[in-house]
Amino acid sequence: MITYEFLQQYWWFIMSLLGGLLVFLLFVQGGQSMLGSLSKEEGEKRLLINALGRKWEYTFTTLVLFGGAFFASFPLFYSTSFGGAYWAWMILLFCFVLQAVSYEFQSKPGNIFGPKVYRLFLFLNGVLATFLLGVVVGTFFTGAEFSVGKSNIAGLGSSGFVISQWQNPLHGLEALANVRNLCLGFAILFLARTQASLYFVNRLEHEVLEKRSRKFVLYNGVPFVVFFLIFLIWTLLGKGYAVDSASKVVSLEEMKYLHNFIDMPLVAIIFVLGVVAVLYGILRTVFQSNFKKGIWYSGVGTVLVVTMLLLITGYNNTAYYPSSVDLQSSLTLANSSSSEFTLSAMAVVSLFVPVVLAYIIYAWRALEKKKLRLEDLENDGHTY
Amino acid sequence: MDLLSITATNWARAQFALTAGYHWIFVPLTIGLGLIMAIMESLYVKTGDEKWKQTTKFWQKIFGINFAIGVATGIIQEFQFGTNWSNYSWFVGDIFGAPLAIEGIIAFFLEATFITIMFFGWNRVSKKVHLMSTWLVFVGATLSAFWILVANAWMQHPVGMEFNPDTVRNEMVDFWAVVVSPVAYNKFLHALFSCFAVAASFVAGVSGWYLLKKRNVDFAVRSLKISSIVGLATFILIAVTGDGSAYEVAQKQPMKLAAMEGLYEGKEGTGLVAIGLLNNAKESYNDNTDPYIAKIEIPKMLSFLGYRDMNAFVPGIKDIIDGGYTLPDGTTALSFEERKARGQIAIQALADYHVAIEEGRNTDAANHELILKENYAHFGYGYLETAEDMIPDVPLTFYSFHLMVMIGMFFILFFMILLFFLYKKDIKNTRWLQYAALWTIPLSFIASQLGWIVAEVGRQPWTIQDILPVEVAASAVSAGNITATFIMFTLVFTGLLIAEVTIMVKQIKKGPEQN
Repeated sequence: MITYEFLQQYWWFIMSLLGGLLVFLLFVQGGQSMLGSLSKEEGEKRLLINALGRKWEYTFTTLVLFGGAFFASFPLFYSTSFGGAYWAWMILLFCFVLQAVSYEFQSKPGNIFGPKVYRLFLFLNGVLATFLLGVVVGTFFTGAEFSVGKSNIAGLGSSGFVISQWQNPLHGLEALANVRNLCLGFAILFLARTQASLYFVNRLEHEVLEKRSRKFVLYNGVPFVVFFLIFLIWTLLGKGYAVDSASKVVSLEEMKYLHNFIDMPLVAIIFVLGVVAVLYGILRTVFQSNFKKGIWYSGVGTVLVVTMLLLITGYNNTAYYPSSVDLQSSLTLANSSSSEFTLSAMAVVSLFVPVVLAYIIYAWRALEKKKLRLEDLENDGHTY
Repeated sequence: MDLLSITATNWARAQFALTAGYHWIFVPLTIGLGLIMAIMESLYVKTGDEKWKQTTKFWQKIFGINFAIGVATGIIQEFQFGTNWSNYSWFVGDIFGAPLAIEGIIAFFLEATFITIMFFGWNRVSKKVHLMSTWLVFVGATLSAFWILVANAWMQHPVGMEFNPDTVRNEMVDFWAVVVSPVAYNKFLHALFSCFAVAASFVAGVSGWYLLKKRNVDFAVRSLKISSIVGLATFILIAVTGDGSAYEVAQKQPMKLAAMEGLYEGKEGTGLVAIGLLNNAKESYNDNTDPYIAKIEIPKMLSFLGYRDMNAFVPGIKDIIDGGYTLPDGTTALSFEERKARGQIAIQALADYHVAIEEGRNTDAANHELILKENYAHFGYGYLETAEDMIPDVPLTFYSFHLMVMIGMFFILFFMILLFFLYKKDIKNTRWLQYAALWTIPLSFIASQLGWIVAEVGRQPWTIQDILPVEVAASAVSAGNITATFIMFTLVFTGLLIAEVTIMVKQIKKGPEQN
């Protein structure tokens, strides 16, 4: 029986999965953040840019879809977070604006600002987008400063007609003052850089770069693990935002997220499997010099870990976007989702997703039958 | 509405106009070039002639440069609904979010995936797979236009929804009513053909430049043939769908039609202003000043175009505000004051409903809900203060509309002449026409921007027609913050636009043989 509640849970799963895929695809950003440090000369840099440039649109499009799907399935999040944490999102989006032109423009004559500026754009996008995304997702666990009054629009609110009101004048940047958010930000940044290194090991036919990338897997893998563990342990042992299933009252509960894992063992098992896969991909790449498939283990692992982490923010009577200043304004799957009709219509549309995945896999494979070499760039028809 | 929030709303509107305007410089060229490239590559695969391949690859390069900046300006568009129009996002997100998500799932990935094969797959996949990829890029771009225009059309003519007082939002009850609304498909086709037209005039102009320089003459003539055929066909179709769109506007947004025509006092058998000069001395809708200094009219044409009846009554701005005339469905039009009063009743009923629910007075709540329902069609009017609030910027809408139509007419003539010289005369030695082709490039871009100005300025003050005015749709973000992001985007988009144009000019100067 497909109930309203089932559809809300289903859509939270889709959003979590999209979040997982997005974080995996941030390897493109990770790579952009180390163009300068990983390459020593122009040819190497070009190869790196072209290897990433063939994938950037997947990340970008996933982000766009993530936004659109959030809008369609949980519009109150869309209006509250985007309209409230204004600066956090605007800076993040701004970085993506810069990225979108940079691959195409950086090597073209007449680009006015010169290649260095566009590569700086890529670097900015690489560092800021990953870090800020981590910080913003951190607020799913730590809370954000907003209040919601749906009847404000009928004039019942105290400060105008706007339904969602942000309570901090920094409009999202205040999330940077929370150490736990920062830890997740850094964890995502270093994860993206680790994955980028693994991607280069896998894709490039270039001995020097491959060797250097293997070292970078270690250099970035270690801080990733450290920041991630701090965030994880803190989150599991700290308080979480629980929703009473009968009264819908939101309250703080000790070790709520740990309880969620215990209450949903399947989620916990998949989470652990994901962590193991990520670590396996990293460690085997570091220690076995002819092992090139690390990106697939760590990639799949990342998708699983992030998906499961997002699931425990919304499932099992949890407020996925909690308000730290007004607990009862916290967003839950039930109070922020679209109507049953829209969720079912969109559920039908979501059946297209396997088709989309199928052609993405086809296209990805079609272009990746051979490794990428500097000599091949010109022949392929389009270079960055 | 207090002054502060009006300033913030105006900045939010300015930001939306800025990003939409920039986005729409690049999108039409992307979609239109997509079609032209796909036709050219089909000719290559069919004939095996390497020259068609070279032609395709050249336009593909231009496409790539343009695509990148289209994507850059597009991402802001999507998220801006949330960042700047927070109330809107909740109030109608249940309906509006769906086309955006569908656009992402169905259109964007198709485009993004096959564009990689189109760019990098010349030697990695077969000829046929490559051709299919090029077509799929075009299909993806077109589908994306379809879904976003469905969303836009719904704002202009909200259908398929019901207001839910508990969740305080409009909820979708009929998906297909939203998708196949006549406003949506007229708008989609009109916009889509305008994309083809922009690209056709762009390709024709660049080809004209090569002919002027006596370079790549074969290439230029080949490109001219495709673009002229596409151009003439689409400008005619633009006229047809434009007529369809105007008909829908007459039925559903009479105030917009009145502003497009500068029509203050309506009558039966209203003429269509072909050319007109508005009178700046007109200060108010009811000051009895003639709105025109001069005009040339086609008699009875507006009645015919708007209502398919030479003698139909077309209401002017004053009529719409004063009410009292007979609507096409036989009922009498309400005045602004009546609609405002009913809107206020609806808003109050919503407030009373919530208080009643909170206090457990269920019978009262049911009564308030009933009152709300009866008056909901006028909900948005309850937020307006004076009748002037419901009048869009008449000069901007009027001149945009008329200039757009004139440019469109010009292009039909222009492409006919171009085709005549291509097939019956010697285009290679007709320098005036080559110059004309080059200098008409900006005209098509201007016309397509003007179209959006008519559509969006003309529907003010509404984000959702009759239901939600812009002031109530905005986020609670102060003007200072929005001004800062506005400046940020203005600088970046302008810088990137200049870079794009110079990169393109360099590539065009290099020519197809070196690409």
